[in-house]
Amino acid sequence: MQPTADQRRWMYRHMVLSRYLEERIEALYMEGKTPVFNMAKGPIPGEMHLSNGQEPCAVGVCAHLSADDIVTATHRPHHIAVAKGVDLDAMVAEIFGKATGLAGGRGGHMHLFDAAVNFSCSGIIGEGLGPAVGAALSRKLQGKSGVAVAFMGEGAANQGAFHEALNLAAVWQLPVVFVIEDNAWGISVAKQASTAVPRNDLRAAAYGIPGHHVADNDVEGVFAAAGEAIARAREGQGPSLIEIETARLAGHFMGDGEDYRPKGEKEGLQARDPIPRYRQALLDAGVLDEAGNAALVAEAHARVEAAIRFAQQSEFLPPEAALEQVFAGESS
Amino acid sequence: MSTNASTATATRKLTIARAMAEATAQEMRADPRVFVMGEDVGPLGGVFGNTRGLFDEFGPDRVRDTPISETAFIGAAVGAASDGMRPIVELMFVDFFGVCMDAIYNLMAKNTYFSGGKVKVPMVLMTSTGGGYSDAGQHSQCLYGTFAHLPGMKVVVPSNAFDAKGLMTAAIRDDNPVVFMYHKALQGMGWLGTEKGATVPVPEESYSVEIGRAAVVREGHDVTLVSLGVGVHHCLRAAKALEEEGFSAEVVDLRSLVPLDRDTVRASVARTGRLIVVDEDYHSYGVSGEIIASVAEHAGCRLKAAPKRVAYPDIPIPFAPTMEQWALPNADKVVAAFHQMMRES
Repeated sequence: MQPTADQRRWMYRHMVLSRYLEERIEALYMEGKTPVFNMAKGPIPGEMHLSNGQEPCAVGVCAHLSADDIVTATHRPHHIAVAKGVDLDAMVAEIFGKATGLAGGRGGHMHLFDAAVNFSCSGIIGEGLGPAVGAALSRKLQGKSGVAVAFMGEGAANQGAFHEALNLAAVWQLPVVFVIEDNAWGISVAKQASTAVPRNDLRAAAYGIPGHHVADNDVEGVFAAAGEAIARAREGQGPSLIEIETARLAGHFMGDGEDYRPKGEKEGLQARDPIPRYRQALLDAGVLDEAGNAALVAEAHARVEAAIRFAQQSEFLPPEAALEQVFAGESS
Repeated sequence: MSTNASTATATRKLTIARAMAEATAQEMRADPRVFVMGEDVGPLGGVFGNTRGLFDEFGPDRVRDTPISETAFIGAAVGAASDGMRPIVELMFVDFFGVCMDAIYNLMAKNTYFSGGKVKVPMVLMTSTGGGYSDAGQHSQCLYGTFAHLPGMKVVVPSNAFDAKGLMTAAIRDDNPVVFMYHKALQGMGWLGTEKGATVPVPEESYSVEIGRAAVVREGHDVTLVSLGVGVHHCLRAAKALEEEGFSAEVVDLRSLVPLDRDTVRASVARTGRLIVVDEDYHSYGVSGEIIASVAEHAGCRLKAAPKRVAYPDIPIPFAPTMEQWALPNADKVVAAFHQMMRES
């Protein structure tokens, strides 16, 4: 399955948008955290998991989805949220903890919910799989269209939830696609030290469902595999599993020294950064020219800057608003 | 509910199991978004009988037997509820929460808050509680305090079939997750000893019992006995015994732990001046401590005696009937607690 020129530009634009968002968040996150790193300080406190390098997974999958389709994402959610079309202003405001954020600041960067585009994420490994299966069941029971995609890291394949959710989705033949972003590291533990099989897509055989493997963080490889899996789900033929070899160009979280990585690994990954690679591919293919690239990058940067301004200029909710929205129907 | 109809059906008694199934069936007829899933809820009708008849009427799409995968199917219920359905899921024994609590307290109970109220999670998690039949400590716990402690989910515990039907209807219609904890000794299953007082007249029509309202099930003026589930029946028996001694005990059935009707408890204790809490859950850090604290911390609190609790000791639940029955709360222990209270004051 080949993307059209429009789809190629769409994927590239969202990779650029996501990366620039992460770069700006990184800079703002570090405000107030130097020279002494204190996670509670600065305009964006708390843990921060940046998605630099993993953009191909998000855009290659979401290129096949509409707002009506369901996505559950992980503790490293920004690239997927961007590609799924989450309201960028409200998302950034939530990352800043502001009143105009998706949840008024109750959730923060690991708990982003945008019901308008059926996006959610959560902070615990493998946690989004069950809900994706349930959303797919909901569509099947209601006779409504729509597929659910559960994103996870490669570490999630070793959670019990992975086995339970894949078995349940397969036994009920639900329209759900499981996407593993294999960045080779579970915080500091390498995939080969934690996982008994070299490739998690091989585990699809255990559930009698198709497995796909995408090597080398290849945007169009993700597009092709996801296209096949999502079309299959839409046709009522049940779930699929995809594992994508991707790259974590930032640490596990901001402040991670990454001393556990072998010498030179990070430099090697940065040299294979998927964004310049894809830009060159599009330039070579003639679907993008230098002027078009410059305009696209400028527009993406302007969009991110506008979202950041929106967040910075927004107020915090009064602290006692923490008591509201525990239950549905409570005032905000 | 019309008066005529309620009069006409006032003599029809149901077990809690039948009452739960009837409420579920009525809501399933009225609302296509309601469906049931869990282990053995289909043709078997639930290990504790509370889905009996549903599979025959609604079929395998809406009454779904699941694999033994609580993490997946409770997580799936959260996903389905967030997508517009109203699932009812069963955790067969509450003791099994250890394999799936993440889906319950990190997803089911927090998604509404973390979405700023924009994502609703209208689901019912029904689960059996309680011992007394020598099933030992992995199949006999109550864990009321464990669930009620964690914010974001309502928790109800019926003591009789009338409340069970009305609370189940209310739980299914609620836009929030509701944990419906039913006690095995009240279910009316032939193979489990059943408390007769739980099987009461139940109207055939659909009706709700408001979640968050306790009930004064017996009026009195010397002591307030507060309990829930099977403990309410211990209290009613104790009240009868105390009456023969010339004391008048008021019995409060909490019915709901979240929200907790502190006003009804405080008003009762304000009348009687004495408080005994009876709970089959563990003694420490639980419902009994919360009730006593809710009374004691209130500015209007005037007690004639130090409050007491009759609860399960802080031990795993033993198998041998001699040990288990010795450890369980019962009416005699409630009476003894009252006698000691009177000696002390």
